[in-house]
Amino acid sequence: MSKPLKQIHLAAHFPGVNNTTVWSDPAAGSHIEFSSFVHFARTAERAKFDFLFLAEGLRLREQGGEIYDLDVVGRPDTFTVLAALAAVTDRLGLTGTINSTFNEPYEVARQFASLDHLSGGRSAWNVVTSWDAFTGENFRRGGFLPQEERYSRAKEFLATAHELFDSWHGDEIIADQATGTFLRDARAGAFVHKGQHFDIQGRFNVPRSPQGRPVIFQAGDSDEGREFAAADADAIFSRYSTLKEGQAFYTDVKSRLAKYGRRPEELLILPAATFVLGDTDEEAAELAHEVRRQQVSGATAIKHLEFVWNRDLSAYDPEGPLPDVDPVVAEEHISRGRAQVRMYRDPLAIAREWRELAEANKWSIRDLVINTGNRQTFIGSPATVARTINEFVQADASDGFILVPHITPGGLDPFADRVVPLLQEQGVFRADYEGTTLRDHLGLDHPDTGRRTGAPAERAAS
Amino acid sequence: MSPTPSAHLHLAVALDGTGWHPASWRDPAARPRDLFTAGYWADQITEAERGLLDFVTIEDGLGPQSSRRYEPDERTDQVRGRLDAVLIASRVAPLTRHIGLVPTVVATHTEPFHISKAIATLDYVSTGRAGLRVRISARPDEAAHFGRRTIRRTDAPDGGEPITELFDEAADYVEVVRRLWDSWEDDAEIRDAATGRFIDRDKLHYIDFEGRFFSVKGPSITPRPPQGQPLVTALAHQTVPYRLVARQADIGYVTPHDADQARAIVTEIRAEQRAAGRAGEPLHVFGDLVVLLDDSEAAARARLDRLDTLAGEPYRGDARVFTGTAGQLADLLEELATGGLTGFRLRPAVTGHDLPRVTGDLVPELQRRGRFRTAYDATTLRGHLGLTRPANRYATTAA
Repeated sequence: MSKPLKQIHLAAHFPGVNNTTVWSDPAAGSHIEFSSFVHFARTAERAKFDFLFLAEGLRLREQGGEIYDLDVVGRPDTFTVLAALAAVTDRLGLTGTINSTFNEPYEVARQFASLDHLSGGRSAWNVVTSWDAFTGENFRRGGFLPQEERYSRAKEFLATAHELFDSWHGDEIIADQATGTFLRDARAGAFVHKGQHFDIQGRFNVPRSPQGRPVIFQAGDSDEGREFAAADADAIFSRYSTLKEGQAFYTDVKSRLAKYGRRPEELLILPAATFVLGDTDEEAAELAHEVRRQQVSGATAIKHLEFVWNRDLSAYDPEGPLPDVDPVVAEEHISRGRAQVRMYRDPLAIAREWRELAEANKWSIRDLVINTGNRQTFIGSPATVARTINEFVQADASDGFILVPHITPGGLDPFADRVVPLLQEQGVFRADYEGTTLRDHLGLDHPDTGRRTGAPAERAAS
Repeated sequence: MSPTPSAHLHLAVALDGTGWHPASWRDPAARPRDLFTAGYWADQITEAERGLLDFVTIEDGLGPQSSRRYEPDERTDQVRGRLDAVLIASRVAPLTRHIGLVPTVVATHTEPFHISKAIATLDYVSTGRAGLRVRISARPDEAAHFGRRTIRRTDAPDGGEPITELFDEAADYVEVVRRLWDSWEDDAEIRDAATGRFIDRDKLHYIDFEGRFFSVKGPSITPRPPQGQPLVTALAHQTVPYRLVARQADIGYVTPHDADQARAIVTEIRAEQRAAGRAGEPLHVFGDLVVLLDDSEAAARARLDRLDTLAGEPYRGDARVFTGTAGQLADLLEELATGGLTGFRLRPAVTGHDLPRVTGDLVPELQRRGRFRTAYDATTLRGHLGLTRPANRYATTAA
């Protein structure tokens, strides 16, 4: 007998501040107005997606000492948008990226527990770290964290948040009006945490939420990031969307779970993926080329090259050859508040490689950026895209995808209307929600730590 | 600034759990098991909207409720636990169309950058109905939840934490929040395809706030909200908090027990307002009252007695506790208004009972007297309060 088909998980990333978001298209709407979020969320829910995903940024990006103005700039507050979306959706999971550096565990745990109550068990937290003084300038303590401490703070932050979530067991509220007993336990919510980063104690004031804890996502890719995810996360938001890289990452991360006493299915791997659909593969390819040209204007191409060159290249013609000067290798970077820059760890080697590519293909600066950066993951007819996604998941390159459309807010609509039905026909994607919580959608256990009543525990607390 | 006698009064309701009386949860109308659901809050706030109220406030705190001033208690006979007020407001915003939403935020332990974008976003999701009620936390146990500072009880032998510092910090906090709201000019988003620029960066501003307690660079990550400046409100009982109201608020809530006290408080706040250089700016002063409303004064009084018996002690709060009919309450509000109050924030003793009495009895009574709106005539919270959309402090006058 052949192996049963894996069920695909699908989620949608709201297109906002992102260098793939096309804002110049006549169909591009507001990325701030709530109506955009409502449209996007309702499309994702109509398509029976697992969840909607919001990214975060806590300082506007700068380049060359000025606020970067070529991409979408500005975004609303993550928690506030997710809570409002809970009112206009019923089942869709609500995943928010929240930084563990410029927040405190008590407050973040309160917000996620509140969101979980207010959404009936649909909240998820993508835990990210930051260490830079640039972002720190927006926060009352200012300052920053040495890079080597960011995961240790993140780990302790998450552990502390879990202690707070678990400080209520779920059976404390009696609310017996006749006898006058509201709480079973006078010490409900009591906690003490003494660690390297947090020394806190007291009483958590949000009772246990429907999911017990929000679903935990992690997005880092370093060795430490992978360990962090293997130990503590329910899902990874990865960036490997080619088959080979995906399989390598999948194998590596899933193999790390055993040492934490976890089974492979307890951690889902969900890469970000972009897509362009056409009636035919040829039409989609043409459209994809057009989208890339919209994403990379001449000015954008120059700014992108500056990520590597780390110097002002505004004098160069985007339609001309690559600069013959070398990148500036320095601690200070011309671009600030942008994670992408860290991908270019050896700028001299990248510059060499790009010059060779450009010469071999007779590419201008803009051609090079169009062809090397952020190419769409899935390009083709709905049938091609559905087949490719399914092959990818069945080949254990991922457990599904977090789709990033390039248009706000209607960019998900064609995927929902044309690709999802094909996946449903193949029996690899749900025809309807089976449960009510995000943990249900993702096939994750409900954490039972300390729970005394309710659903029987499927596994012991770790 | 004092209203003419026929002017409309403004009315808000303060929502706190099942109500302000500590035994309120035992009332048959209280729904204590629903407190941690969205449906409970949606029902209360849509009820307030049915009554055409200006806004609701939602209480919050960074520790469990307590019968003690400076520390948690271990009581099991009262409501303990609550959801984040900003998220409650946001969860209910799409379900309502007119009513203002004013969650409580604690300045002492939170980040003004986070709160500024959260309230701006509440303003977006409610299309112009957001405000905040700022408060401080003087409880050492709440400080221990954060572990970043210690706060000594003001009744400690050495005098403890100077309360003025917490209020000065709150004033700086609001200043930062307000500057961040203005840090984008309204027309900063240009989407200029010709130059490839999404924003005009000259219309974004660093706020460069440097204060005694913290510094914040800016600009906000969230564009200027629909109201420009959502409403800032604060509760105040004495000179130090009056000063916060006078310096930074659009509405101050005060707790006079009669018209003379109201007059004295308003006079003091107006003097502080002049001292702060804001004499010409609109600043509402609302009276706070705990209310128990029934068809007769005796019935209301009996209900308070029953609640007090259940609680094991008479209820004493900071605000006057009113028991009586809607007509009597309307009389009292009109009388207090002669002291210069422009509105009232009513605290229902039992939300499930007294809120429907406010909307169903008091509001029609005030309408009969020509003292309350008969329909919403504005779509924003500033509009309900007769406040215009403020100019952006950073906008250049050239145009």
